Formats: sequence, C-alpha cells, structure tokens
Amino acid sequence: MAGMKVLLVDDEQEFVTTLGERLKLRGIDTDIAMGGEAALEIIETSVPDAVVLDVMMPGLSGLDVLERIKADRPDLPVILLTGHGGTQEGIKGMRLGASDYLMKPLDIDELIKKLHEAVRGAL
Amino acid sequence: MLFVTIVPLTSMAVINYYEYRKALKREIVEPLKMLVSKTRHSFSLFLEERLSTVRFVASAYSFDQLSDEKTLNRIFRVLKKEFGGFVDLGLIDQSGTQISYAGPYELLGKSYLQQAWLHEVMVRGVYISDVFLGYRKFPHVALAVQRFSEDGSFWVLRATIDTERFDNLIASMGLDPETDAFLVNDKGVLQTSSKYYGKVLERCALAVPVGIYGTFVKQEVDPGGQEVLIAGSHLRHPAYTLVVVKRSSGLLKSWYTLKSEMFLIFVGGVAAIMVLVLRLTASMVKRMRDADERREIALRELEHSNKLSSIGRLAAGVAHEVNNPMAIINEKAGLMKDIVQYSTEFEQKEKFLELLSSIISSVQRCKTVTHRLLGFARRMDVQLEELDLNGLLQEVLGFLAREASYRNINVSLHFASDLPRIFSDRGQLQQVFLNILTNAMAAVDDGGEIVITTWEEDIDTVAVSIMDNGCGMSGETMRHIFEPFFTTKRGYGTGLGLPITYGIVKKLGGDIKVQSKESEGTTFTVYLPKKAQQQVGG
Repeated sequence: MAGMKVLLVDDEQEFVTTLGERLKLRGIDTDIAMGGEAALEIIETSVPDAVVLDVMMPGLSGLDVLERIKADRPDLPVILLTGHGGTQEGIKGMRLGASDYLMKPLDIDELIKKLHEAVRGAL
Repeated sequence: MLFVTIVPLTSMAVINYYEYRKALKREIVEPLKMLVSKTRHSFSLFLEERLSTVRFVASAYSFDQLSDEKTLNRIFRVLKKEFGGFVDLGLIDQSGTQISYAGPYELLGKSYLQQAWLHEVMVRGVYISDVFLGYRKFPHVALAVQRFSEDGSFWVLRATIDTERFDNLIASMGLDPETDAFLVNDKGVLQTSSKYYGKVLERCALAVPVGIYGTFVKQEVDPGGQEVLIAGSHLRHPAYTLVVVKRSSGLLKSWYTLKSEMFLIFVGGVAAIMVLVLRLTASMVKRMRDADERREIALRELEHSNKLSSIGRLAAGVAHEVNNPMAIINEKAGLMKDIVQYSTEFEQKEKFLELLSSIISSVQRCKTVTHRLLGFARRMDVQLEELDLNGLLQEVLGFLAREASYRNINVSLHFASDLPRIFSDRGQLQQVFLNILTNAMAAVDDGGEIVITTWEEDIDTVAVSIMDNGCGMSGETMRHIFEPFFTTKRGYGTGLGLPITYGIVKKLGGDIKVQSKESEGTTFTVYLPKKAQQQVGG
C-alpha cells in the first residue's frame, strides 16, 4: 500500500504537523488542513486515499465535514479522531459513514493499521 | 387533645351527677311529702270525727238528759261500742263542776274551774287538748264542746279518747323499720312515742320546725349525728305536727351506688382516652419523625448526586483540556523516537530511546486517566439486550481467573439456578462487576475468599452480592468510595472505578449498597431491575 496519500484535518498545528512527519517516515504521503473549510477545499482539487479527521474543531466540526465529504464522495474513507472519551462521537461518526474512530493521544501503529484497513475496504 | 376530650367528659359527668341527684331526691322526697300529708289528713279527720260525735251528743241531748247519769252511761256505752277509743264522758256545769260522769274513774264532783282548757272552751266553744296523762296515767286527749241552755246558762260536754288510735294511724303508714314517725305539739313535746327521739310527753330530742303551715321536707343532722330527711305536716287544731324521719343513709344507698358507678365509668373513660390519645400522639410523632428522616435521606442523596455530577463536569473539562496537549506530547515524543530509531548509531542512542519510551508510556497512563474521567462524565448509550446475569458473571470471572489461581484466592459461587434473565447493557454490567471484583481481589490477602451470590430480590429486581474477607473499610472510607479521585490504592488507582460503577448502576435503574467492617471484609450488593429503562436519544 505504498504511495498512499492521506489528508490530515486538525486545528492543532503542533499535533497535525508532527503526525504528518511521522507518517511520512513510514512512507505515507500527507496533506494537512488546519480546519474543516480548508479540508473541503483541498478535497475538491486533489483527491486523497483517506482522510483523518478530528471531531473537535472550531468552525465546521469534524462531524459536519464528514457529512459534506460523504455527500460528495461517499467512497472516500474517513477515520475520526475523538478527543474526549469520544465513544459517542465515534459511534455517531460511524453511523454517518466513517470507517473507524480513534481516541487521542494516538498510537501511530494502530492508526496505520486502520488506514490500511479503511483503504482496502474502499477499494 | 387530652384537654379537648376530657373537658366535655368531665362537664357531662358533673351535670349528670347533679341531675341524677336532683331526680333521685325528687323521687324520694315527693312520695314522703305525700305520705305525710295524707296521714296528717287522717289525723285531722279522726279528731274531727270524734269532735263531731261529741258535738252531736251535746246537741242531741239536753242538759237535763245528760245530767241523768243513766242516760250519760248509755250514751257512753254506745259511743265506745260504735266509735271506739272513748275513755270517759263528763258533763260540766257553768260553775266548772263535773255534775255527771260516765267512765272508769271517780271524777264526779271534780271542779275544773281553775283549768285553762275550760276557759278556752268558754271562749272558742270547742277544745281539743294536747296529749296528757292527767289523772288517768296513760296518754289521752280531751275533747270538749260548749252548749247554751234556754235560760242562757252554759254547760260543757267533755270526752276523753285514748291515743291508741294515733299509734294505729302511724302504723298504717307502712313505714320501713328504719323510719320514725310521731306527732309533736307546738311546744316540741312528743304526742306519740318516737323510736329514736323520746317517749310520749317527753321533749322531742330532734328539733322539729314548728309554725310552718302545710307540708315541708328538710334535711338535718339528728342529735345522734345521723343525716336525716325530716318530712312534716302541720295540723291547725290542735297545733300538732306529724313528723316522719327517714335516715338518709339507707335512703340514698342507691344514690351512692350510682355515684360510685358513675365515678368508675368516668375514671375508666378518662383512662381510655388518655391511653388512646397518648398512643395516637406517639404514632403521629413517629410518623412525622420517619417522614423527616426520609426527607433527610432524600436530600442527602440529591446532594450526593449533585456533587458527583458537578465533579463529573469539572473532570470532563480538565480531561479535555489536558487531552490535547497530551496528544501533542505523544506525537512529538513519537516523532523523536522515530528520528532516533531511523538515525545512525550515536552515543547514548539507547538511553534516548529508553527515555522516549518512558515519556510515551507516561502519556499512555495519562490517556487512561483522561478517558476514564470522560467516560465517567459522559452519558454513554445504553444498549439493552436480554442476558443471563449468572453467565455474565462467569465471563467477568474469566478475566480474573488467572490472577485468582495465581494468588490462591478461593472464589465460590452461589448462583440462583432459576434467576430470571434480565434486560440490561452487557458491556456496562461487565464493567460494573469487573470493577467490584478487581477491588475485592485487591482487598483480600493471598489465599483469601470471595463469595458471589445471586438471587431474585423481588418481582422487579434481581441482586448480586460480592463478599470478600479482605481488609474492609473504615466508615470514613465508606462515605467517600463513590466520589471521583478518592482512592486507597496509592500510586496506581485512578479513583474512578467505583464512581463509574455507581454511575452505570444508577443509569441502568439499579442501586448499589456497601457493607464493610475493617479487617473483616466488604460486601457490595448490586440491585438491578429486570428491565432497565431505555435511555432516550443516543
């Protein structure tokens, strides 16, 4: 699954850039969007293989973004990141079409595993 | 209340007392009055009749006829025979000398000129004497009438009658043996013998009111100290008073019985009222106290749950704020670890890796805390399914079996075989029992004992108790075990296990109770509804 391109969406720059670097070290290309609106713009121009989407964001929330993505591109796999014990948001997101959800702080290996699963499922 | 009930009872008893006494008195007094008055009438009639007889004789015969002793004797015999009671009969002329006499005594020629009665006859034309012994030495009464001859001179016919008839009249009243009856004149001298107050012609020992016209009844104390009821009736001529004396003690016996009965009823009534009132008040006070206690408990529970929920909100806030920086630390440390790992060998590379692993594992520990905190604060969805509680407990025990066997802890199961299946949330119940059992395992020493019992509590509820013989808790600890961050497992406890457990059980509509004694052990009892309420929304 080399050459996978993932869009990371999170308002916390320190988090999202570091995560991007780590994924790159593991051979995964990343685009970074610092909010919901930015993410939707990027998706319009370049199509990633998967989206990693934070639920808690100012402006458009992760669940709003998820709904828009699923409306335009129902096949694009989305993995949610929930900040606070977010089983509920996670479940809500899955109902809206998210492939899976993970709780912050992340285990990088788990994220990669889920990404692979999601992309394989989408193909 | 006592006052309200006893006052009417007392006033009723008092009124009854007086009314009854009045009625009873009337019942005794009225017949007595009637009897006295009737007998007095008989006396009057008797004397009047005798006097009429004498009058008749005096009118029917002339002075000359009566002067003839033979005629007088014949008349006397007829009188004695027809009327009875006549002792003698005498004719007295204007000079006061007895000129003719029929009777047992030698009274012919006797002069009465100096005697008061003769003067009274001369004035009033008729005379009835008091009882006297006179010449004859037994009580008798003299009757005299005056008549005038054609020549203007007057004469007097005098008869004496014995008082035996008085006694007969009194006897005819039919009085009971206790009761006394007698005649007394206006000077207080007895005219007939009395049972208690003297013989005939003696002064009456009892002060009888004289000069009252008609019939009267009085209550007095006699010289012997007895309470008596005196009924009297006055005759005009002669001035006698017929007296009946009744001893009150016998007479009022029925009254005293009634009085004591009434008193007993009153005392009984008061006692019954007091007992009833006291009991009623006691039960009312108890009910009020119970209600107060229940309210107190409800308030305390409310306070407790308020406290938990505000702590929960605070915890969620803190957890959220901490979680994001924690995620950054995690990523930064992760990246550093990646870089170190991918870089070539350098001095102290191993040390770096070790330090970074330590940072990452610390972050993981923080993550556990924040996630549990958030889990505690959040309202999680309840997913109801039909489940077998015994089976669920077995599953949970499966997680702990290895530790139990390793530490040689004896877990005994007392499962109700017919325990009904319940509708509840499997995952959350697993967490509940896992938390409680983990605590129990922590409390017991190696080789300790844990007993799990299930039963049907009532028609709507099943119950599970988990008893250990571990270290137990103090009262102080017990008060705080359901509060977040309270832990006795210094160093490795989050202080969230039991608050979460409590929250879940409550959310599922159940209840949780703890009993514990230091160094003896602890029992957690979880009560669960057979059908947990479906949460709205989610």
